[in-house]
Amino acid sequence: MTNTLRLLSLLLAVLLPTGCGSQKSDAVKIGMNIELTGEIPAVGASSKNAAEMFFEKINAAGGVPLAEGKKKKVELVIRDNGAKADQAASVAQQLISSQDVVAMVGPNSSACAIPAGEIAEALKCVMISPWSTNPKTTTDTTTGQPKKYVFRGCFTDPFQAIVLAKFVLNDLGAKKAAVLYDVSSEAPLGQATLFKDTFTANGGEIVAFETFTTGDKDFSAQLTNIRAANPDVIFLPTYYNDVPLIAQQARRLGITAKFVGSDAWSSPEIIKLGGADVEGSYFCNHFSTQIATDEAKQFVTDYTAKYGQAPDDVAALTYDACGLITEALKEGGKNDREALREALAKIREYKGVTGTFRFEPGSGDPLKSAVVLQIKDGAFQWVTNAQP
Amino acid sequence: MDYFAQQAINAVQLGSIYALIALGYSMVYGVLVMINFAHGDVFMVSSFFCFLLLLVLPVPFGAALIIVMLATAILGVAIERLAYRPLRNAPRVSAIITALGCGLVIQNTTLSLSPYSQRMPELFVPVLQHFGGVTVSSLQVLIIGVSVGLMIALDFFIRKTRYGMAMRAIAQDRISVPLMGVPVNQIIAMTFAIGAALGGAAGVLYASAYPVISATMGVLVGWKAFVAAVIGGIGNVRGAVLGAYVLGAVEVFTVTILPSTYRDLVVYSLLLVILVFKPYGLLGRPSVQKV
Repeated sequence: MTNTLRLLSLLLAVLLPTGCGSQKSDAVKIGMNIELTGEIPAVGASSKNAAEMFFEKINAAGGVPLAEGKKKKVELVIRDNGAKADQAASVAQQLISSQDVVAMVGPNSSACAIPAGEIAEALKCVMISPWSTNPKTTTDTTTGQPKKYVFRGCFTDPFQAIVLAKFVLNDLGAKKAAVLYDVSSEAPLGQATLFKDTFTANGGEIVAFETFTTGDKDFSAQLTNIRAANPDVIFLPTYYNDVPLIAQQARRLGITAKFVGSDAWSSPEIIKLGGADVEGSYFCNHFSTQIATDEAKQFVTDYTAKYGQAPDDVAALTYDACGLITEALKEGGKNDREALREALAKIREYKGVTGTFRFEPGSGDPLKSAVVLQIKDGAFQWVTNAQP
Repeated sequence: MDYFAQQAINAVQLGSIYALIALGYSMVYGVLVMINFAHGDVFMVSSFFCFLLLLVLPVPFGAALIIVMLATAILGVAIERLAYRPLRNAPRVSAIITALGCGLVIQNTTLSLSPYSQRMPELFVPVLQHFGGVTVSSLQVLIIGVSVGLMIALDFFIRKTRYGMAMRAIAQDRISVPLMGVPVNQIIAMTFAIGAALGGAAGVLYASAYPVISATMGVLVGWKAFVAAVIGGIGNVRGAVLGAYVLGAVEVFTVTILPSTYRDLVVYSLLLVILVFKPYGLLGRPSVQKV
């Protein structure tokens, strides 16, 4: 009994000072709610790398300049949401309520960003999702109005659908498309439906519209349906970890149609996992290292030197999301959630590594250009640009 | 017609893999009346064994199959010895929770060693054959052939050998069989070894057919194989095989006839219907509750 008491008091003695210390900490705390484990760990890793690199640079220069020339260091609070919606919501709750962050970066996947966005809005804390393209992320679902506290660092799915539909119809000259997507995941579901509507509205024909659910590895039944419909292209708005198996099974069934994908493809993992089966496929993306501006080139060089691999779009978008927050902290001049939101909402134009962000008043969705890339000779090759 | 033939081949391939895994659930349940929820993760780990083996030593398919089956059998026996045997006389619920825990330990160990999905090296270069509008790959033939071969061998083993007889005897009466001089511990360990080895074979075949492997892939496949075992009548070896082929066929033909979104709805509704009319599964027999 006495031993237990001694142990308890020892534990308290160790834990208490650190507990107080973190509350008094003078640093600006920025939360990260990202996909470090689960289905898409490469996304979380890129996000973490980019944010750490960004703030290391800021801190090395003394910190973020706030009002009256004072600089404050930034402390990142990184939490894993496991790429699960419920976990993303509880991480958002935890970061905002108990970690007391001034803003939250992430989640990246729409399935996670939508619930986390609801929490951020309710608790009045700025959230920027670097990569979530689903319209629902920044829209208040009950009123249909834009959320006040939720922003994103990327274009939206309706825009992406137009880019892809026009690219397939005009550049590839294909009139018949099949779609296969994960019906239980928010971004693929939205992208598939929007592509279907836009493609049909522009004179194309959807000959097969097939689904699967997260975790499936056998797509042979759906692909056999698609083969029977004989499409010119197959649209796969699905994450990089599912595409390789779909592509391989399609080829083994003798399907020769080209694959077209959304920005969910953007991790280089897709080339490593997919090999020859994904060769020649096209997808829509946020940025390309090949048409980079000088700032972007610097970012690519630094990132490659630090982590030994080129940044993917999640890394670049996270870098820009961190940039936006820093810009707003500078403008707002205070380590304060409301001041940050006010300043962020006033930004009309921001030059990031993924291009120029333009915000319409009252909207958290930037207007940005998109690129179409092709997987060629085991690398992402730039094909064309699309303006909003 | 070609279209249906193609779907039938898809269904048999899927069913064969479910069957190999379902056998592991069913055998262990038959002997110990315990649901080994770690089995799906044992299956997952076996495909990582195969991946590591090919990374170190690019052996041909047959050798890889045998080595992985042996390694997985050892893992199965180790789990039984370390985690289940100490709880053999504990309440059934404790054993099931332990099994769930073992599964999570295996899954998270793999996850910490390999957080990313891995691309399986080509174990077997499939040749595509076209028969009219039906495409058959030599890999499909191999998967179906190896699975059916292993299942026939297992059926023979259980029905015709002394060890098989001992297994069946323990399944019937675990109290008095040891009194007849049957080494119960060894027979139970053997059951786990065979069940895990079949899971290992499934792991190799699965990784050849779906060559992107990840630490979480055992969960969904494991559940489906468990469902297959229940449909067939858990504890019954032939039932597990029948259940697996029924499940594979229903999954594939639902997609053939209805929009693919209905697949899981139809599959699990069917499970409920079967269990309402045949609570012990298609081939299961009601067991007498022993007190």
